[in-house]
Amino acid sequence: MGLLEAIILSVLAASTPLLLAAAGELVTERAGVLNLGLEGMMIMGAACGFAGAHFTGSVIIGALAGMFAGMFMSALFAGLTIGLAVNQVAAGLALTIFGVGLSGLIGGGFVGARIETAPHLWLPALTDLPLFGKIVFGQDGFVYASIALVVGIWWFLYRTRAGLILRAVGDNHLSAHALGYPVLRIRTFAVLFGGACAGLGGAYLPLAYTPFFIPGMTAGRGWIALALVVFASWRPERIVLGAYLFGAVTILQLHAQAMSLPIPSQLMSSLPYLATVVVLIAISRGRGVAGSAAPASLGIVFVPDR
Amino acid sequence: MQLVLERRAERSAVAALASPLIAIVLTLVTMAILFAALGKNPVTALTVYFIDPLTDSYSLVELAVKATPLVMIAVGLSLCYLANTWNIGAEGQFLIGAVCGSWLAVKTQGSDAGAWVLPAMLMLGAAGGALYALIPAIAKVRFGASEILTSLMLVYVADLLLDYLVRGPWRDPNGFNFPTSAEFDPVATVPILIEGTRLHLGALIAVAVVAVTSVILGRTIMGFEIKVVGAAPRAARFAGFDADKLVILTFMISGGLAGLAGIIEVAGPVGHLQPGFSPGYGFTAIIVAFLGRLNPVGIMIAALFLALTFIGGEQAQISIKVPLDLTKVFQGILLFYVLACDSLILYRIRIISSPSGAVDGIA
Repeated sequence: MGLLEAIILSVLAASTPLLLAAAGELVTERAGVLNLGLEGMMIMGAACGFAGAHFTGSVIIGALAGMFAGMFMSALFAGLTIGLAVNQVAAGLALTIFGVGLSGLIGGGFVGARIETAPHLWLPALTDLPLFGKIVFGQDGFVYASIALVVGIWWFLYRTRAGLILRAVGDNHLSAHALGYPVLRIRTFAVLFGGACAGLGGAYLPLAYTPFFIPGMTAGRGWIALALVVFASWRPERIVLGAYLFGAVTILQLHAQAMSLPIPSQLMSSLPYLATVVVLIAISRGRGVAGSAAPASLGIVFVPDR
Repeated sequence: MQLVLERRAERSAVAALASPLIAIVLTLVTMAILFAALGKNPVTALTVYFIDPLTDSYSLVELAVKATPLVMIAVGLSLCYLANTWNIGAEGQFLIGAVCGSWLAVKTQGSDAGAWVLPAMLMLGAAGGALYALIPAIAKVRFGASEILTSLMLVYVADLLLDYLVRGPWRDPNGFNFPTSAEFDPVATVPILIEGTRLHLGALIAVAVVAVTSVILGRTIMGFEIKVVGAAPRAARFAGFDADKLVILTFMISGGLAGLAGIIEVAGPVGHLQPGFSPGYGFTAIIVAFLGRLNPVGIMIAALFLALTFIGGEQAQISIKVPLDLTKVFQGILLFYVLACDSLILYRIRIISSPSGAVDGIA
């Protein structure tokens, strides 16, 4: 296996949780809801995903458990922000604080335990092809699922009537409401979908990336995924580019640390976070409020008057 | 049958006072259920958590010690939140304040530097925190970058910087390779208020911060501008208030207070710089700010309550063997309920029993 191939494989692996979580959040935000609880939903997905796989020995059940945990968390968020019209920023923070604590409670008993990670696809002849064989035909199921998810979201948002309505709800909830669309119900579905994706992204970490669970193992990936949605200007196809770029930064700093350059390892470790800040500034620059690509009703509470 | 929110004509004054109390009661009920689920006697557990720390003098002092940083950070954050800007990176500003102030303590270590060291350290801490908070503020005002995400990312960076310093250049040469700076000299240590306890000067500073902020919010143009920009941005624009200036200002004040809290914590109860010296004060302070209804005096009460959860959590871990993470769960649940109950100030919940088709479609 060549070095380049190895790097590309590890970049794909590092990017997939970001891609899954960011794709889900994109749908949530396109419906006009800013769920800052991504980190909390991901870490709960990681803890419950590991628990599921540990007890049943099945990665698929683990993945489902992670998705379910993410949905449970997002249901709390939906109840607060959509049901009770609570400020979305504050509710998202509460969700993260709660999720980090609860995941420690659930996953604390599993620290030190190991599981079999998700198997990689193996097709005779195809996977053995030189250069791209393993990259295209030798991934685990999550990687293929994340690509399919983004394609599916793109098709839904831009090629279906339901996607058009969802975008309308996110861009102008008053008009959508006046036209008779159930704004709150659509937003609830979008939040739950985002929660399931975040849970799956979190579950990827212990089920495919490392074979164990550590409290706080998401290490800010939820926040980076949130930044990716901004980076992608709320367009699904650009999420892929963003996620792989960030995955590349993560892997590069790991390789640089392994080469023991005369640079403090902490500086290397801070690169993904610093890169996020720099990218956010660069992407927001000159766009102004009017030219922003953000859904116009993003983060604004909607209470139907009757 | 369905529940529908209905906007109140006026903010409910009764609900405004009652909502934090209702939130606390609901949290305690939820915690009791959680304890029962963990196989602990809920009454015993809640007693260990919330009553026992109030019964001995050591814990009472400890309450004030833990509430001190929470008050200082939360008061600053409340200014941001009132102005509708979202500094959620106070933990990072807290750490940077500790680092900047500690720089002087480490540099003057073992020298015959006089009593000027501590005041200078406090100023460095506040300046460091304020400048660190200036990064997301400028990124927001100048470039339109989300201050939520940038301020949070900088928490991780601050954490790593602290880790680098105490493992590298500032490591105590006589510290058996532990990642910590040397114990600060007496001139670089926050003085104790009551001999034989851990109560330090920081508690007084926190009370002063509460008093000054109350005056600023209630009696000055600046306080008025902050509230108008947050509550009615359009009106603020017509009045000619500079929203950008207020973003910078509120971020620098909150960052400065967080930084000051950071250096006081390190030069006070901790006594040296080490990674993980903060149990997440910067994040807990967000809860404190909301539980205190973004009001300085309310924040002081709320900080004492959340300090209680830190102490109760530590005692519960020892005496009834519940995980320390339970405290975070508890704090998260509390914030959920606080926010939910706050909604009752602005809205009333109506139960509608005869859903017509159109109404059903809306809710």
